[in-house]
This record gives sequence, structure tokens and C-alpha cells, in this order.
Amino acid sequence: MIYDDLNIIFPEIFLSVYAMVALLGVVYTSKDELAKRVTWVTAFIFILVAFLIIFSEEKTEIAFGGMFINDAFSRFSKIIILLSAAVVLVMGQEYMSRRGFLRFEYPLIVTLSVVGMMVMVSAGDLMSLYMGLELQSLALYVIAAFKKDSVKSTEAGLKYFVLGALSSGLLLYGSALVYGYSGTTLFSGILSNVSTDAPSLGLLFGLALVIAGLAFKVSAVPFHMWTPDVYEGAPTPVTAFFATVPKMAAICLFIRVMYDAFGNIINDWQQIIALLSILSMFLGAFAAIGQTDLKRLLAYSSIAHMGYALIGLAAGTEFGVQSVLEYMTIYITMNIGVFAIVMSMQQDGQSVTEIASLKMISETDPGKAIALVILLFSLAGIPPMLGFFAKFEVLRAAINAELVYLAVLGVLASVIGAFYYLRIVYFIYFGEMPETPLDDAKSPILRTIWTASAAIMIFGIVSLLGVEQMAKAAAFSLLN
Amino acid sequence: MEQIILFSPLIGAVIGGFFWKSIGEKAAIYLTIVLLFASCFLSWIVFLSHGLATEKITLFRWIVSGNLSADWSIRLDRLTSIMLVVVTSVSALVHLYSVGYMAHDENWQDDERYKARFFAYLSFFTFAMLMLVTSDNLVQMFFGWEGVGVASYLLIGFYYKKQSANAAAIKAFVVNRVGDFGFALGIFALFMVTGSINFDDIFVAAPKLAETTLTFLWTDWNAANLIAILLFIGAMGKSAQLFLHTWLPDAMEGPTPVSALIHAATMVTAGVFLVCRMSPLMEYAPAALGFITIIGAFTAFVAATIGLVQNDIKRVIAYSTMSQLGYMFVAAGVGAYSVAMFHLFTHAFFKAMLFLGAGSVIHAMHHEQDMRNYGGLRKKIPYTFWAMMIGTLAITGVGIPLTHVGFAGFLSKDAVIESAWAGTNAGFAFWTLVIAALFTSFYSWRLMLMTFFGQPKSDSHAYSHAKESPMVMLIPLGLLGLGAILSGMIWYSSFFGKDYQVANFFGIESEYQQTLPKTKEENIVEKNNEKLEDALPPQGAIYMSPENHVLHDAHYAPIWVKISPFIAMLLGLLMALWFYVWDKKKPSEWASTLDPLYRFLLNKWYFDEIYEILFVSRAKVIGRIFWKKGDGGIIDGSINGIAMSLVPLVTRISTRFQSGYIFSYALAMVLGILLLLTWMIFAVGVK
Amino acid sequence: MGAAVFAFYLFALSTITGGLFTVLSRNPVHSVLWLILSFLSSAGLFILLGAEFVAMLMIIVYVGAVAVLFLFVVMMLDVDFASLKAEMAKYLPLGLLIVIVLLMELAMGLAVWVPSDGAKMVLGAPIPSDTHNTAALGLLIYDQYFLLFQLAGLILLVAMIGAIVLTLRHRKDVKRQDILTQIYRDPDEAISLKDVKPGQGL
Repeated sequence: MIYDDLNIIFPEIFLSVYAMVALLGVVYTSKDELAKRVTWVTAFIFILVAFLIIFSEEKTEIAFGGMFINDAFSRFSKIIILLSAAVVLVMGQEYMSRRGFLRFEYPLIVTLSVVGMMVMVSAGDLMSLYMGLELQSLALYVIAAFKKDSVKSTEAGLKYFVLGALSSGLLLYGSALVYGYSGTTLFSGILSNVSTDAPSLGLLFGLALVIAGLAFKVSAVPFHMWTPDVYEGAPTPVTAFFATVPKMAAICLFIRVMYDAFGNIINDWQQIIALLSILSMFLGAFAAIGQTDLKRLLAYSSIAHMGYALIGLAAGTEFGVQSVLEYMTIYITMNIGVFAIVMSMQQDGQSVTEIASLKMISETDPGKAIALVILLFSLAGIPPMLGFFAKFEVLRAAINAELVYLAVLGVLASVIGAFYYLRIVYFIYFGEMPETPLDDAKSPILRTIWTASAAIMIFGIVSLLGVEQMAKAAAFSLLN
Repeated sequence: MEQIILFSPLIGAVIGGFFWKSIGEKAAIYLTIVLLFASCFLSWIVFLSHGLATEKITLFRWIVSGNLSADWSIRLDRLTSIMLVVVTSVSALVHLYSVGYMAHDENWQDDERYKARFFAYLSFFTFAMLMLVTSDNLVQMFFGWEGVGVASYLLIGFYYKKQSANAAAIKAFVVNRVGDFGFALGIFALFMVTGSINFDDIFVAAPKLAETTLTFLWTDWNAANLIAILLFIGAMGKSAQLFLHTWLPDAMEGPTPVSALIHAATMVTAGVFLVCRMSPLMEYAPAALGFITIIGAFTAFVAATIGLVQNDIKRVIAYSTMSQLGYMFVAAGVGAYSVAMFHLFTHAFFKAMLFLGAGSVIHAMHHEQDMRNYGGLRKKIPYTFWAMMIGTLAITGVGIPLTHVGFAGFLSKDAVIESAWAGTNAGFAFWTLVIAALFTSFYSWRLMLMTFFGQPKSDSHAYSHAKESPMVMLIPLGLLGLGAILSGMIWYSSFFGKDYQVANFFGIESEYQQTLPKTKEENIVEKNNEKLEDALPPQGAIYMSPENHVLHDAHYAPIWVKISPFIAMLLGLLMALWFYVWDKKKPSEWASTLDPLYRFLLNKWYFDEIYEILFVSRAKVIGRIFWKKGDGGIIDGSINGIAMSLVPLVTRISTRFQSGYIFSYALAMVLGILLLLTWMIFAVGVK
Repeated sequence: MGAAVFAFYLFALSTITGGLFTVLSRNPVHSVLWLILSFLSSAGLFILLGAEFVAMLMIIVYVGAVAVLFLFVVMMLDVDFASLKAEMAKYLPLGLLIVIVLLMELAMGLAVWVPSDGAKMVLGAPIPSDTHNTAALGLLIYDQYFLLFQLAGLILLVAMIGAIVLTLRHRKDVKRQDILTQIYRDPDEAISLKDVKPGQGL
């Protein structure tokens, strides 16, 4: 019996074992000299596991008495998580090794974090949810502070840790209340014990606290405060990781909990999610305007984007789930591209992240300028780009669910948000030539990644390169 | 083959316009010319070999939205093939001509490249025009309609450094908007009533439309009449009919080949084409046809009177074009669609020829356009002279009366006038046209006499340096000359012969092909048949209802009617000779004795001035209000207000909390919790 | 009111008091001591629930190891708690307000606490009566909650790696003693004898 269960969590076991074996192996050999190689191997393993999942049998299985669920939804999330984690790893290793803080633990901590995320998206129990979340978060706290010589990086790690602990506390308290009400921590048990009509206030408090804990992880307002500081302080490759992979895991976990455990009381959480979504969209749009640092700006941008993703969740429909999955996939793809460009920005060999330093890169590097403009347009949601369709789908889901006000506010926020993206475009093409222009980091890997990302933004509109079908199947498996 | 005809100009335009830098300016020019000639050659094959049936070639599905669906397809029938020939022939020759005409241009510096752009525009125009004439539904037609509008705008404003050219281009565009608005309304109305924009569906529904009532502008209208008039308003704009004509003379700011191609031979005839294409609908809209006839007759007359006193050589020809378009509309308005097409066909040749000839004169005279500065050019530029002479003979209608021998204009104009006589029972339109024919003859000969005869009046420098244009400009003149002489005689019977000949040519219903004019009994049978075949659109390129005997009656016009245009032509010629050869003081004498009339005509009936007062100045006032108060005050004001004060304020507030202290972050989270819990309490409370 | 109930309220109250004074006390050492009280009381609560094993773990691990470690760390840290307190005083009114509102809201929610009908059926005796406490725990952890147990292990692994990564520094300018090299040093290579003549240098 346990054998069947282990079979189901084979990808997670494989990655954990790999992390431990690699850790031991490298510690007893040449340590950091192998760091680059370990990173590549890790990325390769991620892709391998992703393909393992892609070609695995398409069915819904549960393991460990329902604590772990393997369905199309979790598989979709895992594939996206693994692939994007692989790309982000490859993207960052050069940057980190050039600046001398790539150590062999980095890819292995990321691996364990990815294991945590995979558990998260497969969680079928409040306890496994918490375990996955903590495994993921703890690894993230460590890598946020990974550049330990940098005060900012350390500060980022510490802030993230303390606030993360607070959010975990909220989540646990909420879970306790939910457990107290329903007598079980299993999602399926909660679902059957929570009646549609008039649930008790205590349960709703539990629900609100669980939402608060999860909202912290997706950095939704007002639980977002850590995001700008951590994004800015953490080393850029780590920021790139933060902005992409954990977001996918957290949103998927969010969806999973809301539907699998609280699917009977959609009316009770719909409004709260909508509220968080509106706050996130608007705060993200407004606060980003005042930023001068690109990484900080992207932090607010990601807050706003999470707001849009939450629209799809607030819709409370199957199509809403599908639209969120599509949104996240597109969001991750474009953010990877943007961060590839951010990593390539340097002046006299020093990396810079000021927006003003992008002035007139259309002269010095037209290819990069075009790619960045495409990505920014896509982030802003300007029509021919994929980012538009992402927004369009979630808004459509909201309208189908008769949340017209939410869709209208979403459009308004995106208009305001367009301003700060377009301001960067303005700098790129119409600014004054700075005294010391950016020099090219000469990284073919980064160049390939941002070019591919920009190209996907344009050519991906053909049924989202197949993602649409997968997302649809995933949403279907979650709700049926 | 049809696809090649259609898309080779587009390919030329794209390559010539966007890639001339990579293939070279010369290569781009020659490419467009070769493609155009290929298109022209294939068009003639289609024209000569085309059978009777209407062919439809669907290229791709274009629009599907609700129950609106439109394919991108080619409708190939006689109307289309006539237009194909006209458009591609004139266009190809104009392309060739332009090589010489545009070789040097004082509007551009030596280092500025403009030629490839010019040819690309020409090819683009040709493509749009072909789209228009081959369309199988009104939306595709509208696409071509607007496409030629754009091309016309670009080419009128080709000398964009000249203020006047820009103004003329904008004027053409804006005036056409008025017409296009009507056209668009017509399309909307058709879609509303018939639920389709495809020609076949519309034609099937036409009889029903005549019995439908529509409310428009607080008035009840007969649907067929209303729609026909709305569509005709579109045609009025594009074909420079009275009240919407003011853009055409100004459009002469463009290079002369453009005037020849767009503003004489092809684009301006699109309106006539539209009316003929919609003939199955028009036949059920008698009031609209009457309206068309009256507008056409007035246009022919007014334009001719203005043409009498103009001094700019191109403007004279422009007014002449307008006048001839009036002729075509009269023919269409009385129901003789084939005659309208006939005049369109012949007119394309001789008018293009006159324009190109005028261009040759202008070219020779170093871009001098005032006829008062010409004179005695006959010997300097003999080929151009002879070409212009042929054109003039054709437009004034020289031929042997009561036979079918004569220049192209002779045959087609006589046909129009006879149809007008038959269609209106020797009414208003007929007499207007005859008088207009007199004026036509006068100003055409005036042009010839002032330009080529008499003493050179210009400063001796321009005159002495005048030289014949290069061969590349003369060859198109020669070919068009052939058309101007022969096209009337060759296709006379096809357009205006016996009923069965016309029916044969246009592929109208098979019974017509052999039978002579029908008896009453046959008419009844016809009608019954029609009822049986209710669901089928009428066969053939044009449709003439069984009650429509104009074409037939026109042949039985009395002799005085048949020779009246010839007499008008002779009178005009004599007047011109009297005024400009025998007694050269006469013009100024007349001008001073009839001063008010002279000024009235010279100022083009004060149309521009009236419009200035009625519309332009008011529009400017309204525009200023919208601009300053509306846009500047309200829209900019509120947006600036939000963007400059509110947004930064919110931004400052939202970033103020971002203090960097953990405890303030934790505070925000706790507040968030508070918010959520309170929300929950209220949510439960509401329940 | 039986002894068990009385004991419960005693322990619960002292747990809360301990927690409260951990936060409020001025001296950080006192805070840790209050924390220990809180731990001990909660161990008492576990005993009341019949979970002796967990209670023992609580005392051994939390009180014996964690809290003592805390004590060391706090005593070694040089933090100016006075100024932090001053900073905190500014926010005290707002904080108190929030706390009060929050408490009231929670009271509203929990006062009308009714578990769902299904919950009563699921809830049972956590301890099988015939098994030993520790064994029961072992069965749960290594059987039913095997996955969670392993994940907890991974979390600890990450914590361990993280702690090492973030604190371990290889400083190049510090000389370290390498005993093996010292032992295997060959005197012949290390020392060379030179004959220096009087009145001359090398």
C-alpha cells in the first residue's frame, strides 16, 4: 500500500533524494568549484522531472489517505514550476558566479524549495499544505539572504523570514479554527463538513485567516509589504525566482484550498478575494509609479499582476480557474524575460537596476530594446501581446461570473498601470543619452531567454501554444 | 488569373513602397510597371474571353460576426471586366507615362528620393480600385472605396511641401467623408433590412424592399428609395457630383498623371459603377433614379458653365470631367445602365488622354499651367498637339451624324443624350445635356486654341525652351489615342446596340439573347417566371426591369434629337473660333459687359464661399469649442487633474507606508486581518 | 468543578500570562524566563490531555534546549532595548486599539462556536486506549503521517543548510592549523644549514 503512495510522489522523492545525494557528493569533493555544474545538472533534472510528469498517466490519484493529490491541476502547476525554475536557475548562475556568490548550495536549496512547492500544489490536507509551504518558504528565506556580504540581501532575508513567520502563524491559527469546526484537516473532509447554508462565524474566521496566510505568499495587498523590500534587497537571480516560481505555487495552492476545502461556501470567500484583488491591482499600479528602481517597480508590478490572477479566482468558476492558470503561465514567461534583461544591465561591470539607466538603450542595443518594449507592452496588457490575452481571459471570467464591477476596476487599474510601463518605454526610445551607457553583459544565455520570451509574447497567441488546453483540463480536474 | 490581376499591383505597391531601398529606386519603378502591364494584359484576356455567366471566386472568409458574414471574393461579370480593362489599361499607361513626367521635379531637392513612393502609391491605388470593382459584397466594396480614397489623399498631397497640396488633399478627404457617410448608412440600412451585405442576397430582396417602409430622420421612406439615395450620396462624393464636387478641381494639385488616372479615368467613375452595380435595386427605386437624373443633369450643366471661363488648363479638364460624370449619371438615372458604362468606358480613354496631353504641355512649359501664357505651341510640340486634338475631337463628339462612325465620345455622348431624351420624354435632363454639350465643345476648343494656336504669349524663355516630351510619355498618348478613336465604334453595338446585343454582352437573361423587343404577353410570362425564380438573383451584370424600355426607345428617337449634340458641338466650335481666332477682343468685352455672370462663373458659382460660410466656419467654431473647452478643458483638464495631482498623491500615500520597518509591515498585515474578520462579521450579519 | 478542570484553567492562565509577560517585560532575560513558564504550563496542558510523551518532549526540548539557548543569545546580544521600547510606546495606543477590536471580534466569533455536525462524528478519542502513548504516536507519525514526517525532515535539512550557508565564512587571511601537514613535515625540506663565515652576511 505504501508502495503505491510512494509511486505517486515519485517526482518529489526523486528531487529530494537528488538534493541530498548531490549535497553530500559535492561537500566531499570540490565544493564551490562545482557550483556551476551542479546548477546546470539541477536545471536538467528539473526538466527531466517535468517531462516525467508530462508523459505520466493522466488520471487523478490520491496518496497518504488524501493528504496528497495528483491530478491534472497539480500536474499542470508542477510542470510550469519545474520548467520555470529550470530556466531561472540557468539564467542566474552566470550572474552569480561572475559576482562570486554562486555556491553549490544554491541550486540544492532551490531544489528543496521546488519540492515544497510541488507538495503545496498537491496538498490535500491542511497539514501537508503547511509542510509544503514551510519547506518552500524556509528555502526562500535562505536564498533571499544568499549574498551574505550585502547588507541589503541580509536585510531582505530577515524581513522575509520574520513576516513569513507571522503569516505562517496566521495560517496555522486559521487552520486550527477550521479544524475545530470541521473536525478534520483533510480538504475532502472539510468540504463535506462545511455546509452551504450559514456556516458558523468561527469557521469564517478560520477561512479569513487561512486566506490571509496565503495572501501573504502571493503578496496580495495588504499582506504585500515585504515584497518591494525583499525584491530589491535580494540578489537579482533570486528576485527573478521569487517573482515567478513561488507565485505559481502559491496561487495554485490558493486555488486548491479555496475549491477543494471551501468549494461549498464560494459566496463567503468570493467577496474577500475580490477585495484583495482590487486592493492589489490598484496599489500595485499606484505605488509602482513612484519607483526609481527597476526591481522595486517589478515588485509592485507583480503585486498588481497577482491582483489580476485573483480576479480569476474570485470568479469562482471553472473558467475562472482556467484563466488564472493561463494568466500565471503568461505572467511567468514574461517576467522571466524581463528579469533576464534586468540581469544583463550593468555599468562598468557593476550591475545596476535604476530605471533611468535604461535611457536610450535603443541606441546601444536595439535588439534588447525591442524585446524589452514587447515585454513591457505585454506586462501592461497592450493588445497584440500575450499579456493582453491573459488579462482578457480573467476579465472575461469575472464578467461571466457576473462580477462586472471587478472587471471594470481591473481595466481601470490596468490603465493606470500602463503608465509606469510606458514610462520605461519612453526612457528606452526618447530619453537623453546618459553619460555612461549600459554595457552589455555579453551573455548569450540571457539574450536567448529574453528573445524567446519576447517572441512568445507575440507568437503565443495561437491558443497560447497549447497551454490553453492543458489549463482547461487542469481546471476541469479540480472542479469535478 | 483573376487573382494575379488583383494582387500584382498590391505586390508592386508593397515592394515598391517598403523595399525600394533594398532593390533600388529604378528597379522598384520598373517592377511596378511590369506588374501593372501583366495585370493589364490579363484583364484584356478576361474582358475578351469572358462568358456570360457571373463567376464568383472566393479567396478567403473575411468577416464572420453574428449573422454578418462576408467572404473576400471576386465577382466576375461584364461590369467587372469592363472596369478591369479600364482601370488596368489606364493605370498601366499612366505608370509608363510617369516615368517621363516624374523624372525631374522641382518640388524636390536633388538628394530626395520620391519616385518609388509615387509608383507605390499608384500601384496601391490600382489595387484598391480593383478591390472595389471586383467585390462581391458591399463591405468589400467599401474597403476598396476607402482604399482609393486613401490613395487619392496620398497622391493629391504628394507634394506635401506645398501648403495648397496639403489643403487640397484634406479637402478631398473630408468632402468624401460626407459621401462615404451616406454610403455607410446605405450599407447599414441594407443589412438591417435584408440581413446580408452580399450582392446576391440584396438583389433577391430588392423587390421586397420596394414594398418595405423605413423610418429615417423622423420620416417614413420607401426602403428601396431611401437605400438607393443613401448609396447614391456615396457615389456623389466619390464622383464629384453637384454639392459634393468642390474637392475635384482642387485635387488638381496632385501630379498630372494622378489627375489622369484617379481624377478622370477611374476613381471618380466608381460612383457610376456603384449605381450600375446596384441596378437590380435601383430599378425598384424610381424616386431615387429621378434624383440621380436631376443631380447628374445639373452637374453636367454647372460644371460646363464653370469650365467656360477657367484659365488653368488642368482645371478646365477637371470641370470637363465633372460634367461628363454628370452625363453618365443621367444615363444611369434614366435606366440606361449600359449607356452609362459605355460613356464611362470611352471617357476613360479620351479624358486620360487629355490629361496626359495637358501634362505633356505642362512638362514642356516648365510647369506653367495658366493657358493665358500659352499659345502657338503647335509647332513646338507636334505630337502632343495631335494627341490633344484627338482627345478634343473625341470629347466634343465629332463624327458623322446618323451613322456609327465617329470618335469615341461622339458615339457614347449621343447615346447618353438619346437615352436622356427617351427616359425623360425630351424633358429637363435632355435639354440640359444638349446645352452642356455646346459648352463642352466651346471650352474644349477654347483650350486647344489658346494653347496651340495664336502667338506665343509667355515670356520667350519658357516658349523657346519648350520641347517635345520623351517617347516614354508619347507612347501612352498614342495608345490612348487609339482608344479615343476606336473604342466607341468597336463596342457601340455591345453597349448601345439592339436589345439582344446588349443583353448578350452583359449576360442578361437567356430569353433576351435572341428575341427582339417583347410583346405584352411575353412580359407577363416574364413576370410569372420571375415569381417562380423568386429566390434567384437576376442574371447578368446589370438588370433592367421589364418595364424599362429606355434603351429600346432611344433608338427610335427623332432625327433632330440624334443630331442635336452634333449641332451643339458645331455651334460651340464656331463660338470658340469667333472668340479666340477671329475676334480676339470679344472675350474681354463679354467679360466686362456680363461682369456679374463672368465673376459668378469664374468663382465656380461661389460654392466654396457658400460652404465656407455655411459649414466650414461653423465647423471651425464648433471644433474650437470642442478643442479648447471640451478637449482642453474637460478631458485634458480632468485627465491632467487625475494624472498630475491625484495619482501622485495616492502614490505618495501608498509608498509612505513602505517605511522599511518590519513592525509597520506587520501592522499592515494585522490591519488586513482586522479588515477580513470585520468583513466576515458583516457578511454573516447580512445573512 | 473537578480537579482536571481546575488544573486546565490554571495551566491555561499561566500559559497566557507567560506569553503576555514575554512580550511586555522590560528585561529580555526576564522575557525568556516568562517564556519558560509558558512552555512549562503548556507541558502541563499536554499531560492533562494524556499526552505524556509530548509533554516530556516539550520540557526537554523547548525548556531544556531551546529556551536555554535563547537565554545565552539574549545575554550575549547588545541590543538597546530601551530605545526600542521608546519607539514602541509611540505605537502603543494604536496597537492597543487594534488588539481590543481584534479580541472583541474573535470573542464574537468564538462565543457562538458550534462545530459542524460532521465534526462530532469524525472527532474521536485521539489515543487508542489499549496502546501505549509513545507507541501510538509512533504509529501515527511513521504510518499515517509518514509524508508529513519526512517533509518535516526536509524542512529541518533546509534550515540546517541555510544556517551553514549564511554563517560559514572561509576567510582567506586567517591562518588555520593543519595538523596533518604539521606531522608530515619533513625536516630536511624545512631546514637547510648554511655555513656563514664570520664578518660576512648571507
